[in-house]
Amino acid sequence: MKLVVAIIKPFKLEEVKEALSAVGIEGMTVTEVKGFGRQKGHTEIYRGSEYTVDFLPKVKIEIAVQDEAVTSAAEAIVKAAKTGKIGDGKVFVLPLEEAIRIRTDERGETAL
Amino acid sequence: MKKLLRKLTGPLLFAIVAIAVFDLTPAMAQEEAGPVDEYLELVEASGAEYAPAFDFFTVSMLWTVIAAALVFIMHLGFATLEAGLTQSKNTVNILFKNVWIISIGLVTYAVLGFNTHYPGDAWQIPGWLGINGPIGNLNADGGDTWGYGGLSLAMTGYGDFIFQAMFAATAATIVSGAVAERIKLSSFMIYSTILVAFGYTIAGSWHWGGGWLSTLGGGDAAFYDFAGSTVVHGFGGAAALAAVMILGPRSGKYAKDGSIKPIVGHSMPLAAVGVFLLFFGWFGFNGGSVLSANPGPLGLVFTTTALAAAAGGISSILISWIVLKKPDLSMALNGLLAGLVSITAGADAVTVFEAMLMGAIGGVLVVFSIIFFDKIKIDDPVGAISVHGVCGIWGTLAVGIFGGANLMSQFIGVIGVYVFAFVFSGALFLILKAVMGVRVSEEEEFEGLDISEHGQEAYNHSNT
Repeated sequence: MKLVVAIIKPFKLEEVKEALSAVGIEGMTVTEVKGFGRQKGHTEIYRGSEYTVDFLPKVKIEIAVQDEAVTSAAEAIVKAAKTGKIGDGKVFVLPLEEAIRIRTDERGETAL
Repeated sequence: MKKLLRKLTGPLLFAIVAIAVFDLTPAMAQEEAGPVDEYLELVEASGAEYAPAFDFFTVSMLWTVIAAALVFIMHLGFATLEAGLTQSKNTVNILFKNVWIISIGLVTYAVLGFNTHYPGDAWQIPGWLGINGPIGNLNADGGDTWGYGGLSLAMTGYGDFIFQAMFAATAATIVSGAVAERIKLSSFMIYSTILVAFGYTIAGSWHWGGGWLSTLGGGDAAFYDFAGSTVVHGFGGAAALAAVMILGPRSGKYAKDGSIKPIVGHSMPLAAVGVFLLFFGWFGFNGGSVLSANPGPLGLVFTTTALAAAAGGISSILISWIVLKKPDLSMALNGLLAGLVSITAGADAVTVFEAMLMGAIGGVLVVFSIIFFDKIKIDDPVGAISVHGVCGIWGTLAVGIFGGANLMSQFIGVIGVYVFAFVFSGALFLILKAVMGVRVSEEEEFEGLDISEHGQEAYNHSNT
């Protein structure tokens, strides 16, 4: 089992969700985050004083998947979230040791 | 035919009853005293020609109490504006201070403020100091008719009181915005009480109370401040400046290398709503200062007030866009207020185009003033010193330039009130600083006053 973590631009969330649904992945957890990589922030001005905002709003998606589904999930995310412009984000794949469905106490792949 | 008769019965009965009652009315009036009787008595006592005067008086009094309610709405405006331009971790504290101010403002005004503001004959130092006690029954001794103030102060004693009472608290609320986010709550509560009870009323007595400012040049060169550019707004702005200088800026606002790190307000919608509420309330602030429903001045004042605000908004937008490269909403909002403060001294004394010019200049001044005060490290989260203090000076002098007031008297008035406000506020603040401290600790400031002073949060999104 793997945990696929993706940081994407916020307006791409709907598209990524639909792309994942098309490859059979229906569940996910979404968090609003801030961050930056090589994309620079921007300058804002408030009552006469300038300041830089380095942290840009992003959305983090987490999905737990079976090993066989990782490639298609990652590819779906990348394709849907890409704009070609700086700040598109990243996808990370982490090993997932255990998964438990709280309602039924199922463990392992059946819990996904 | 029967149907027709049935249809007519109702209206016919009504007409019969109406005629009967109408015919009976004079007879009834002679048996019970009521408002109609009092009116007729007044008319007879003053002469039949005064009947229309009573109508005028009644309408004027109605307008006065409505205006008082409109000025009350300005407190709603202050609360939301201040909350919007400060951080969400301090919102409870801001709102709390505003609740305190309106409460203590009204109470102290009844307990001693009104009679200190308007000593009448009871001065300790004639023209300068007349501290007096609580209001009594203001309806007594003809205070419930034009016996109170004639037709130029066309309101009852209570009408005068409640209208002025709403003004009094606005002086302290100007300070509350400037000292926001780092002032110690208990110190502020004491400070604002004394400022409104004594500072505001003594300064105001010099002019509206018949003191030395109103008798300059034997009265011919009297200081002119229609609705309080100096005695209300200027007073608040100068008091705020003294307080902020002693209090110090918010932590982290001014870096050692001279750069300014903006502390951004958390809700532009609240700030904008606040400014529009203030604009709305200002119709009562200036309109009510006509002190009657005299149609000519009333219409003029409403017009000059609205147009000065509009001109201030436009000029602030233009100037801030040029100087700051981007159109800043908070500057635009301050521009509306700057226009309003600029016209407050002379709303009844200038033409519409003079009003627009005064407002426009105020809008320019406020932008530069906000930037200037930040540069000299006077931290004013809401721009109160600039809007009320600086534009108060301009509005007062402008009446000397455009409205026919004596320019020298205007200068004297500005200096007199501003220096008094500054010194009174500064001294009070220094005493409080020595006795109990005026500032929260750095840790409390970082945590936010809501948690450290109140133990509660303004925005609790967690649901059970």
